[in-house]
Amino acid sequence: MQQPIDGVLEAPYVMEYTYRRSLGPVMSAFFTALRDGRLLGARTASGKLVVPPLEWDPETGAAIAGLEPAAEEGVVTAATWVAAPEPRHLLQEPFAYALIQLDGASTAMLHAVACASLEACPVGTRVKLVWSESRTGSLRDIRCFEPVN
Amino acid sequence: MSTFNTSREEIAIVSFVELSPAEASQLDEIETIQTIVSRATDGAGIARDRIGFTVSGSCDMLVGRPFSWIMAMDGAGVSKPIEESHVEMDGAWALYEAWVRLQHGDIDAALIYCFGANAAEDLMQVLALQLDPYYLAPTGINAAEVAALQASAMLASGATERQFAEVAVRAGLAVSVEAALAEPYLHRPLRASDLPRFSDGAAAMVIARGDYARSVCARPAWIQSMAHIADGHSLGARDLSKSPSLEKAARLAGVGAKATQIVEVHAPFGPQEVIALEALKQAGLSADAKVNPSGGTRAAQSVMVAGLAAIGRAASAIHRGEASRTVGHASSGPALQHNLIAVLEERS
Repeated sequence: MQQPIDGVLEAPYVMEYTYRRSLGPVMSAFFTALRDGRLLGARTASGKLVVPPLEWDPETGAAIAGLEPAAEEGVVTAATWVAAPEPRHLLQEPFAYALIQLDGASTAMLHAVACASLEACPVGTRVKLVWSESRTGSLRDIRCFEPVN
Repeated sequence: MSTFNTSREEIAIVSFVELSPAEASQLDEIETIQTIVSRATDGAGIARDRIGFTVSGSCDMLVGRPFSWIMAMDGAGVSKPIEESHVEMDGAWALYEAWVRLQHGDIDAALIYCFGANAAEDLMQVLALQLDPYYLAPTGINAAEVAALQASAMLASGATERQFAEVAVRAGLAVSVEAALAEPYLHRPLRASDLPRFSDGAAAMVIARGDYARSVCARPAWIQSMAHIADGHSLGARDLSKSPSLEKAARLAGVGAKATQIVEVHAPFGPQEVIALEALKQAGLSADAKVNPSGGTRAAQSVMVAGLAAIGRAASAIHRGEASRTVGHASSGPALQHNLIAVLEERS
């Protein structure tokens, strides 16, 4: 154990969410597919595609009809710039947090867009998904999105 | 107006006090609560033995230890056992629980208190723990960055940065629109004047029924109605530039049923005030209602207190005879996800 320095007592303070949780049928399938390099969305009874998938239609609360592959390209619908990334961030170089509406989806997904500045990836920019090389079944299996051309 | 959201018993806010940030920062939690509770009860001529129910609102994540509110409860006086409850939320939701409890009609009064100290960690990061642990939290996003995405969505649907700057001036966080617009971006499109200034704080309120309310308060602020609704958890599943939950809550509470003179809005990030006012307008809020005449809560934002403070200030305006109908709003979540509305009225 580390000795107190100059008589000052120190205690570690780690902010974490120390609960075990199960993913349930929909998110479990989504994250398993991510690990395998596939993106899934949920088709609602009303025909809309929810990406990332939810167990229930966000508009009606009805159970979804099923899961199906989602497009890996889409459009930025909201964005903010992270000029000085911290260890908590998805990327360690400056990037944009963005809501990305994938083609065919009625909802948007939160992730990082790798671009040189916010001017290079404003709202309306077309982006495509970049997979992480090592995948473990988490949201970080998607490394980021990047502008198309 | 839904009968579910209307007071079945005559219930009024009869007392409200909040600590100034300067005062709160000098006291520990128990001293803080002892001070506000004694001011809201003894100080207002309300006998402690008439209080049949006590509810507190606070967040363990701010203090960094579990069940911190149990220790803090000593300050409320529990040597003679009391019937009490707690919400891990802003004190506004403690008020909601107390209001529901009083509708049973068997007790005279209820005490509500709430407190929030600055976090041991980065507060913007702590507040992001409200996000879902599957799709949102793993991105590492913090509360200010979520609010920035929301502001970006607003700009994409026609709002302007000038509107944000006007809110900053009204909140006392910028001397002029031009000065606000000249600030560099912190979380583009948010500037420093769009963010809350966090401070320690605490507040206490007493609500009471019928004749007892009239006996302890010259002008009780009668709770006509209250309603609270949350939007879905997913940030991308709704139009972030609007607040459907707030509009719905305001409709359920009957905001538009009569003319309102004062509205106290609790929007932690400036642009959210624009969203909140638009939702209230859609629900029929009087166009000439004064917005945040108290100055609002953003210049000294005490997390877990600010929402109850907004409602308390709306009640105080009636206590002081400055208005006959006011609306108080409380919110929770970095993208204004959960909204509570209280409609308060003077009655002769």
